Amino acid sequence: MSTAVAVVLFFGVTAYALFAGADFGAGFWDLIAGGAETGARPRALVDHSIGPVWEANHVWLIFTLVVLWTGFSSAFQSIMLTLFVPLTLAALGIVLRGSSFAFRKSVFTTRARRFAGALFATSSILVPFCMGAVAGAIASGRVPAGGEAGDWWSSWTGPTSVLGGVLAVAACAYLASTYLVADAIRLDEPDMVDYFRSRALVAAVGAGAIAFAGIFILRSDARYLYDGLASRALPVVIFSALCGLASLWLTFTRRHRLARPLAIGAVAAVVVAWGVAQWPYLLPQTLKVSHGAAPDPTLWSILIVFAAAAVLILPSLALLYYLDQRSALTGDTAE
Amino acid sequence: MLLAVDPVPWARSQMAFTLAAHIILVPLGVAWAFMALIANWRAIKRDDADALLLAQRWSKYMAVTFAVGAVTGTVLTFEFGLLWPTFMGRFGAAFGIPFAIEGLFFFAEAIFIAIYIYGWKRMQPWPHFWTLVPIIISGIGGTVSVVAANAWMNDPGGFTLNSSGQVTNVKPLNVIFTSAMPYQALHMVLAAYLVGGFLIASVYAAGMLRGRRDRYHRLGFIIPFTVAAIAAPLQMIVGDQLARYVYNNEPAKFAAIELVPTTGSDVPETLLGHLNSNGTVTGGIKIPGLASWLSDPSTGESTVVQGRNAFPTSSEPTVREVNVVHLAWDVMVGLGTVLTLLSAWFGASWLFRRRMPQSKLFLWLAAASGIASIVALEAGWVVTEVGRQPWIVVNYLKVENAATTNGGVWITFCAISAIYLAVGTTLLLVMRHMSKRWRGAAELDESEVPYGPRPEHEKVLAP
Repeated sequence: MSTAVAVVLFFGVTAYALFAGADFGAGFWDLIAGGAETGARPRALVDHSIGPVWEANHVWLIFTLVVLWTGFSSAFQSIMLTLFVPLTLAALGIVLRGSSFAFRKSVFTTRARRFAGALFATSSILVPFCMGAVAGAIASGRVPAGGEAGDWWSSWTGPTSVLGGVLAVAACAYLASTYLVADAIRLDEPDMVDYFRSRALVAAVGAGAIAFAGIFILRSDARYLYDGLASRALPVVIFSALCGLASLWLTFTRRHRLARPLAIGAVAAVVVAWGVAQWPYLLPQTLKVSHGAAPDPTLWSILIVFAAAAVLILPSLALLYYLDQRSALTGDTAE
Repeated sequence: MLLAVDPVPWARSQMAFTLAAHIILVPLGVAWAFMALIANWRAIKRDDADALLLAQRWSKYMAVTFAVGAVTGTVLTFEFGLLWPTFMGRFGAAFGIPFAIEGLFFFAEAIFIAIYIYGWKRMQPWPHFWTLVPIIISGIGGTVSVVAANAWMNDPGGFTLNSSGQVTNVKPLNVIFTSAMPYQALHMVLAAYLVGGFLIASVYAAGMLRGRRDRYHRLGFIIPFTVAAIAAPLQMIVGDQLARYVYNNEPAKFAAIELVPTTGSDVPETLLGHLNSNGTVTGGIKIPGLASWLSDPSTGESTVVQGRNAFPTSSEPTVREVNVVHLAWDVMVGLGTVLTLLSAWFGASWLFRRRMPQSKLFLWLAAASGIASIVALEAGWVVTEVGRQPWIVVNYLKVENAATTNGGVWITFCAISAIYLAVGTTLLLVMRHMSKRWRGAAELDESEVPYGPRPEHEKVLAP
């Protein structure tokens, strides 16, 4: 039972990484697009591509937090006590990002828009870095069990946390670039296809290199995780590497259609590999999933809500997606 | 940590401030869709162009306020852990269940708001109209879920603790359906419709006072004001029931509400007034026997009300907190009464003259009703939260023991206050700007609000 809830929890983490990751990455490209003139075209594309179901990202994060505090309360307590600083920074970044999302479509002066855009882009790097650092802190065993507080600073500034943060930012940029290439193709803007294609290649190589270098960092700093990655999570690691290489090759040879799902696969597999590698621990080597779990009726409640969400939410999302793809009705049905 | 300061007062302040900000957005998220439903129905059924315009514009305001509410709600999710880790660590297994359900409603609401906004140009009128219904249901469902969690804090149940204080068994249905939950949930849902109605109507009342008395403004006033005017008297009845529930089940809170130092019968209802640290009550207007009579009309003035002397000092609100609770109570009931009278005026005018009151005085009062209802809402929330002190989970966990030990909370409090003030100001400016632009007759496209469809992509030509 606790295993099922842990899977649900990781499902939320992975969904957040993929959905929010693509948006964070778009913010990254927005930030480094250069001056007002040179950056205008890529920014316009980024603006256009920020999805209509943006709010889904919040939901995945809230979902993950709620499942964690309900299903694994004492681990949640330890994490929140220890990682107060990066989580607070992430929350503030989310406020800034969310507010600029709320307002930037409806503020009308160019200066205000630019300011909202800058906030949006900066927090797009801050949030994934902090989230990656949090993951690194947990994975490297720096969060003590039993609702205790670890060190408020060194818990999330260790090598594994820095790796996690940098890798998260790189993976977001990589994901987003493959999305942006596809959007540029759809909008028939060949030079933007080239623009984001070259960035996708750099991001793919960068993310791959960081992940590869990470193996050595983990070997010295997070031994349990390293051992897990080298044994039970090895197939997932190989899958991720193959997806990444294939997507790189396809992008290089300009076959973009398949590159995007492969990029998603590569990033998702990294997150899943983390989960599999630290199994059966929630907090490596101090708290096992089965020991940290809530009583069964609570776990059942989580699973039932999850099932209800799958039944109710997926068709609604499908309807929204359908409307997004469908062009406006002709005639005078509205307005 | 550097510059470490006792985190408890700062954690309380931060939670109070962020909740106080979020609770203003709640009525708009919950009730606005219902007003839009009425306008949209009228638009299709009677081919009413003004009503259609109202529904369209309201949906765009809804999108902006909901997007901000989603952000302030996410912050609260973080804060449960960041500010109250011990609370969550010890009771998350029970307390978390209503929140899991709330997440479901929130998800559905976010999706259907987007669908409704998309639908203006992409769906046929009736199917499009029906997409408002899930928004309304999820608004109510989300409110009930969150209030269920709060009711559980006032009246914890549905779990057993082992000798070391860990939750060992949970009965999810008993966690959700505590005895306080039905009263509190209904009270909050009505409050959302009441505040949402008065708040939206007050904007149009202000417009009418400035001479914009066309049909569009009248309709924009009448729809939300009618909803609020129906909710207001119902709220008085439900509030009265809830107060009696508190009398029976949360006597320490009740003693604070009614300013009762010592247990006894024939307890007066004190309007305003002040509790002194020596246990005497000074000032205010005392209505003899009324508090006893209201607590249980069947026994009238002989009803015994437990006073503060009936509880150990360590498990009841401090004198200062009692004065806050009592004042908040008076403000809530006072404003609720005034708003109910205003609703009666509105209702009587419809009944006898078949039109809304025309006088300037009514419009002035209606224009103030939005702010007044928000003050009443905040006051009611202060009554339940401060009245529960010193507990976070009554009889199980005190606030001071639930808070984080991080000494840097004062910094986050300052940061979040500054950001929220900026966000709140921007929200008001943006909504004002939208309204001004509409008065200039330039309609906003759906793609210009959050959740809306992507705008037509304009190619920026290379320089």
